[in-house]
Amino acid sequence: MTAPATHSAAPAARRLSLPAFIDGTLLTLVAAAIILWFVPSGMGRYGTYVLSLWLVMSVAVMGLNLTLGYAGLKSLAQAAFMGIGAYATALLTSKLGLNWYASFAISGLLTFSVGLVLGFPALRVKAHYLAFVTLAFSTLIWLVLRNEQWLTGGVFGLSNIPRPSFFGLKLDGALAFHRFVVVVTFLLAVVLWWMIRSPWGRAFTALRENPIRAASLGIDTRMYTLLAFAIGSAYAGFAGALYAPLVEFIDPSPFSLSQSFFLLLMVVAGGAGYLLGPFIGALLGVVLPEWLRFAGSLYLIIFAGIVMLLLIACPQGMSGLLERGWNRLTGKTGGSR
Amino acid sequence: MAEFLAYLIAGIATGAIYALAAIGFTLVWQTSQTINFAQGEFVMLPAVLVLLAIKLFGAPIWLGALIGIAAFILIFGVGFKLAVVDPMIRHGVLPLAIATMALSIIMKEGAKDGFSAEAQKFPSFVPTETISVFGAAISLQHVAIIAVAFAVIGLLQWFVGGTKLGRQMQATAQNPTVARILGIPVERMVLLTFVINAALAVVASVLISPIYLAKFSNGEVIGLFAFIAAIVGGFNQVRGALVGGLIVGIVDSMAAAYISTSYRLAVPLVLLVIVILLKPEGLMGRKEERRV
Repeated sequence: MTAPATHSAAPAARRLSLPAFIDGTLLTLVAAAIILWFVPSGMGRYGTYVLSLWLVMSVAVMGLNLTLGYAGLKSLAQAAFMGIGAYATALLTSKLGLNWYASFAISGLLTFSVGLVLGFPALRVKAHYLAFVTLAFSTLIWLVLRNEQWLTGGVFGLSNIPRPSFFGLKLDGALAFHRFVVVVTFLLAVVLWWMIRSPWGRAFTALRENPIRAASLGIDTRMYTLLAFAIGSAYAGFAGALYAPLVEFIDPSPFSLSQSFFLLLMVVAGGAGYLLGPFIGALLGVVLPEWLRFAGSLYLIIFAGIVMLLLIACPQGMSGLLERGWNRLTGKTGGSR
Repeated sequence: MAEFLAYLIAGIATGAIYALAAIGFTLVWQTSQTINFAQGEFVMLPAVLVLLAIKLFGAPIWLGALIGIAAFILIFGVGFKLAVVDPMIRHGVLPLAIATMALSIIMKEGAKDGFSAEAQKFPSFVPTETISVFGAAISLQHVAIIAVAFAVIGLLQWFVGGTKLGRQMQATAQNPTVARILGIPVERMVLLTFVINAALAVVASVLISPIYLAKFSNGEVIGLFAFIAAIVGGFNQVRGALVGGLIVGIVDSMAAAYISTSYRLAVPLVLLVIVILLKPEGLMGRKEERRV
């Protein structure tokens, strides 16, 4: 008797339309990966670098999208997790000579574990206390990165971070490394796509729509919430592991609290809870400033202004806006297929 | 001992500033469930506006101060409520919280590009001297901050508890639905809390800027400490915000003096985490019933 009751509710109606939409998502991912593989050929070093940076930030935003968009948790430490991943990879590859793949795995594992340790006490109390705990954590990490010179190089940062190789093939060039980033980002996006589609991912969504009803359906709310946060943090760790060899030099500033706020802005501007939202959000946050170069330092104001207007017009962000436009074009009403 | 007393007074002074920001934050939270992530920038900007008014109109300090303050209260009290909060509140807390983050970026970058990236001197109404109390050198500015801040908080308490308007506001904060049934103009009361929030930020800004200087990045630290203060004290309570502010200010001052200057920021944060784990509703807070 419970099944009809759930199906009559609004979130269930949206879930019904999901498979068709999501296959479209996978096709989009594949097509985008192919385009991105070839696109930078004529763009020069800097253009290629901006594209790679966009993808790397997309990975971090993807993780935060899982935490915020699917599980409804406000994490204010995504940039800090990215910092942990970046510093771990930088130290392991440049100081200990470990290869990048092992460092990448360790970075993900490390951020996943830290996420569990941080989330467990916070979520034991109340979901929105995670925001406060991650706020504190974010500042603490930034302090450690800045003050522990013997390990992190302090404000001078770490330099000479080596780029990975692929079966003996050196990936030192901008284009070669860009293609590597495309492949890794694509794989991470597909893993997330699969996760969201699995029964496990459905549980996340149920959690976001109505935590109390989810609990009454037998979902272990606390465990799922915690896992969503830890996996989201691990994605930030992966993003950091890609970021360090991309820029080849890291210092504490890109991992500050305000950067975590910025990542949150990207999630919501791109569309929280949409699988492709992070790519749009990171496009707005990373590539738009390049187009707004003519505005000089005003670009941040313009970006923030666009986000505010966008949220007033459409709180679902760009993806919500696009979906609305698409539905109007095809004469559909609000996902009724 | 003399040193300790000096640090204590300095801590109470900065704590009073955090308390002013935190009280406004909790008022806005209570009446409209709005988390204002731009609260630190609300304290940073009035000082910049005052300096801008003085520069633009060549006005004397008092006139510049009046113009800057009036402009701020109008734009970030009334305007913030009408232009940002009203159209977004029906979409839930999250888009609104993100919008206030965007607002904080606009305010910060606006102050940097529209005024100056350098820290600017801000006129003080109190001589920059120290007096000696029990052998401790106490800054007159600190004493003035404590006196003014407590006078303002006292005035606010009297207003909220002792006047009809204030009691209507309190009723709105506690339960908007019942307040509406009782015939209280809820919308006007909510607007009033936003104006009071802006006014408290103005007071904090004018008090702290002679010491911190007027700088676009001041909001980051003040905002962070105001949040910690509100959470430590219990953020459904005005009294809690006051106690939280003072605790955070004193802890911060003592940490800087006796623990480590490079990790002074960490000490209030650790305090925050401990309070969340041991007494999640805050030191002075009531437990909130779970809403389904």
